[in-house]
Amino acid sequence: MKYAARRIASFLLTMVIVSFLAFMAFDVISGDPATALLGTEATPEAIAALRTEMGLDRPLGVRYGEWLLGFFTGDLGTSYVYHQSVSEIIAPKISVTLLLSFVSFLLILLISIPLGLSAAKRSGGALEAAGTAFNQFCMAVPPFFTGMLLSYLFGVILKWFMPGVFPDLSTDFPGAMRHIFFAAIAIAVPRIAMTVRMLKSTIQSEMRKSYVRTAISRGNDRSAVLRVHVLKNSLVPVITFLAQTMAEIVAGGIVVEQVFAIPGLGRMLVSSISNRDYPMVQAIVVILALWVVLSGTVADLVNQRIDPRLRLGGDR
Amino acid sequence: MLEIRDLHIKFHNREREAVSGVSLTIHDGEILGLVGESGSGKSVTAMSVAGLLPRKQCSYSGAIYLDGAELLHIDRKELRKKQGKAIGVVFQEPMNAMDPLMTIGKQVEEVLRIHTTCSREERKRLALEALAAVDLPDPEDIYGKYPHELSGGMLQRAMIAAAIVIRPKLLLLDEPTTALDVTIQAQILELLKRLNKESGISMLFISHNLNVVRKLCSRVAVMQRGVLVEEGDVETVFHHPQHPYTQHLIAAIPRRERKENRHGTK
Repeated sequence: MKYAARRIASFLLTMVIVSFLAFMAFDVISGDPATALLGTEATPEAIAALRTEMGLDRPLGVRYGEWLLGFFTGDLGTSYVYHQSVSEIIAPKISVTLLLSFVSFLLILLISIPLGLSAAKRSGGALEAAGTAFNQFCMAVPPFFTGMLLSYLFGVILKWFMPGVFPDLSTDFPGAMRHIFFAAIAIAVPRIAMTVRMLKSTIQSEMRKSYVRTAISRGNDRSAVLRVHVLKNSLVPVITFLAQTMAEIVAGGIVVEQVFAIPGLGRMLVSSISNRDYPMVQAIVVILALWVVLSGTVADLVNQRIDPRLRLGGDR
Repeated sequence: MLEIRDLHIKFHNREREAVSGVSLTIHDGEILGLVGESGSGKSVTAMSVAGLLPRKQCSYSGAIYLDGAELLHIDRKELRKKQGKAIGVVFQEPMNAMDPLMTIGKQVEEVLRIHTTCSREERKRLALEALAAVDLPDPEDIYGKYPHELSGGMLQRAMIAAAIVIRPKLLLLDEPTTALDVTIQAQILELLKRLNKESGISMLFISHNLNVVRKLCSRVAVMQRGVLVEEGDVETVFHHPQHPYTQHLIAAIPRRERKENRHGTK
């Protein structure tokens, strides 16, 4: 339990550091939001006045402190561009992105785990060589390209969904889900290929370990060796990998949301950056970071339950 | 009880036979030492007895009888019924030979789970008995521990407990003390000797160290390059080695150790 507490404390600390770095980065990079709003023609006096109004003239530390306090009370500030509360704008986008990520992750799990297991059992032969080649191919194709192909095939030709028009989530849920499903495929394909390869190599390297020979010498058959010993031992690296996948899905989603015109966080992020809408960018970056760090933390906590050796130094 | 008859094993990826024409017998309650340098075929011989030969990667001929039942050509399913139950194996390097994510207790019980219909409580009782039989202090505590929490010597005792908990006829020991330091090594040898005396279990003890074999075994067989070069009573072989290779092995033992042994550590 001590380990969990320590892990959660380090999670919080990471989040504070990440959010501060994000905050600072927008302060350092060139491009003044006041100038962006008023245009380059504006008088220096007008810009200075707007800066004061936006609170940009105050020291960085003070502004960050205010922002952090607001974050914990759910107040993420006001968008420069939409003049609306950031949390109100973001809330529906989060549900779309969460849905997209969830469907992608589910696809990855459902397809790669059975495939990885059967690939680990079979080795050698033409089938394996063909599988490896296909796997390499899937890994190499970027999601935006798969996305374009899928849009063309299922959207333009088969008309299973309307490319470029995302149905409203609350009024046409099935339509929105269809749209999300194809986007999820585009995100999942390379990750499925990676997960299959990773599962296969992890299981095969575990199978070569000495404890497997011991298990066989006790009268276990192959499937019992796999079930009772090898799978559990393969779990720790696989869970770590899946946590990375969680993070990658969200990052990959930024591009794929563009391709499929899905109004998620990624799309919002891209447009907010070009608008220099710093409160929006800041909020989205921190939410994405939260997602990444959180999946890592959860994976660590789960792994520590599985492998007692990881508890060393924590539970003492 | 164990009879190996004209055993030949050749791995497909090797030129030379790993084992060429080895015949050996172990009598009831006997401890036979099998000595040779690495690559002499002693481990391959033992692995073929334990049914751990990768059958697809080698060609093999001859016969292995355990109490009359042939093991070398037996079908996989029948073989699994013998593995662990009739033949227990203790490997080198207990740290790697144990599943790192399974408690010692569960690993000691594993053979019982596979081969018997014992209830959970019964299995635990037998496992605790076995852990006590190999002189592990506080078996209840050890039962719930993971391999990384024990020392090498304790782990090897636990491995022995896991192999003998079901009372097999034959115990194969593949360099069980090589990875351990000398004092622990002596303790493990004492333990094996005692188990042999108390339960009458037969043992095949494999080692590259003739001196270790001399402390434990009554009879010894010497292998070199896949061939059995000498076999006989351990003291006879030690004092009057016939084959030049055996003389070589004895000469390799430091003088002081040889003397100490003559006065008898036991």
